[in-house]
Amino acid sequence: MIKAVLIDDEPLARSMVAEYLDDYPEVSIVAECNDGFEGAKAIMHHQPDIVFLDIQMPKINGFEMLEIIDQQPSVIFTTAFDDYAIRAFEQHAVDYLLKPITKARFDQAMHKFLDNRQSTMDKANTRKLLEDVSNTPGTLERVVVKVGSKIKILPVANIICIEADDDYVKIHTIEGTFLKSKTLTSFEQQLDPQQFVRIHRSFLIKIDHIVRLEPQEKDSYVAVLSNGMVANVSKNGYARLKQLLGM
Amino acid sequence: MNDPLYTSSRQRLVNISCFIIWIAYALIQTALLWWFDVDFPLAVNDGLISATIITLCCYVIANALNHYLPRKEKYLYVVVWGLVLAAISISASRWLLQYVIADKGYLDRVDLSLPLRFFINALLIAWIAIINILWNIQQEYKENEQRKADAERLAREAELYNLRQQLQPHFLFNSLNSIIALIGRKPDEARNMTFQLSDFLRGTLRKDDQQLIPLKDELDHLQLYLEIEKVRFGHRLQTQVSYDEECLKLLLPAMIMQPLVENAIKHGLYDTTDQVAISISCACRDHLLEIRIENPYDSESNKPRRGTGFGLRGVQRRLFLLFGRTDLLETKATTHIFTSIIKIPQR
Repeated sequence: MIKAVLIDDEPLARSMVAEYLDDYPEVSIVAECNDGFEGAKAIMHHQPDIVFLDIQMPKINGFEMLEIIDQQPSVIFTTAFDDYAIRAFEQHAVDYLLKPITKARFDQAMHKFLDNRQSTMDKANTRKLLEDVSNTPGTLERVVVKVGSKIKILPVANIICIEADDDYVKIHTIEGTFLKSKTLTSFEQQLDPQQFVRIHRSFLIKIDHIVRLEPQEKDSYVAVLSNGMVANVSKNGYARLKQLLGM
Repeated sequence: MNDPLYTSSRQRLVNISCFIIWIAYALIQTALLWWFDVDFPLAVNDGLISATIITLCCYVIANALNHYLPRKEKYLYVVVWGLVLAAISISASRWLLQYVIADKGYLDRVDLSLPLRFFINALLIAWIAIINILWNIQQEYKENEQRKADAERLAREAELYNLRQQLQPHFLFNSLNSIIALIGRKPDEARNMTFQLSDFLRGTLRKDDQQLIPLKDELDHLQLYLEIEKVRFGHRLQTQVSYDEECLKLLLPAMIMQPLVENAIKHGLYDTTDQVAISISCACRDHLLEIRIENPYDSESNKPRRGTGFGLRGVQRRLFLLFGRTDLLETKATTHIFTSIIKIPQR
């Protein structure tokens, strides 16, 4: 039995996919979801083999939903029109269906999925796709994180600093600290470089939140942040900081 | 200055002016000489010859400046040219006079008056030159203004056209997808939605940007859009449209509400996962049609979505282009309700 989850905010769009799936008796739909929150929960709960995922959805979009899921399922994206996303799909050889979806195109995608089901190729491609889609410089406005079984949306305005921590980053905000599996470098690329500066290999801070800089040893400083944290400033980081603040 | 109509009318003006100069110069000079006790036939001969020659000089300089507008730093050349032409006119007159007039005593008197005659001719030529240059400058200025106005009008038309083309391809493709999904199970609904979609599209195509339409037409058109969106989003989307009866005849630019309602639905649907109620209300007062569009929104997680800002900016710009005012669109946001208000002045 192959488990499928359908995630789309338009019920009719889901029913279309469900109808097409009638021809595949080996596939059973374990959940239909209206939005990314339900979707993420259903994926974690059912561990489906295949997910049909819309991109434009309430609260969090399809990409943001995938970001918070640890075990990537195979994904077939369904979307109406998004030039940018389609280019990203093509680049990473992830399958996508353009609405309105024809049966022929749907069958093609299903066969590709059924044939490659054993390989992990698709999932690796999806990972790369996510990195690529979210790597538009200076455009990040919010971060979606998972807190236990809850999903939280952090506005970028609330971030104080981001600290690297092995495979994760710790996002320190005015509401507390959150973990996310993403690299500090990718945050550095996506956040506005006029506001966020990499002061150390493992610290990306928002300049508004620096309370003061204290000299530590010769040529080295620490930054004291508004939440009381103390962050090391590397030599390069200090140069960047000086440039940004125009010192 | 390449306009043939303009060139010919200008040439005619030069011809007429030269003719007037000829007549006036001849009459005045003859009269003056007669006043100074010169014999009438002598005065007439002198007057005619001098007038003919100076008229030729004026004609030359007017036509030269007609075809060539000197730049500021070249004005010195014009002065030199004027002086040279004045000298030529005096020499030519003097040269011709000796063949026409036999009276040696009179010719001596003419020689005595040469500096005076030179001075008068130089002044006349300078006057003609200045008038021509001023005329040219003014003409060029007018043409520039005209070009600028044309360019602005073109840009405005293009801009209005673009602003109207904001219909989201998203909307079209998703609607088609819904219709396809309905065809199998609910053919009647599918058919109904296809009619609504085609009526809606026809409405967007037919409308002229600058055209003002009655509120009733705009609301009917909007209703089609709302019905389609309700099919797409099912029970999640609720809409409420209210208006005063007497407002229905008031005029507003076609499709001006569309982007705002699209925004409201998008924000309403994408900012929350609950039911979404969009309310649209129209009221009229003080020669203004006021339309309020409200949608629920979440100030906490709200990130400015792509395209949203543009929708509002587009409406603002269109209102400015049509009415020349920037205060006709207003937006308010409380923690849960986002309101946009447009005011349409009634003429």
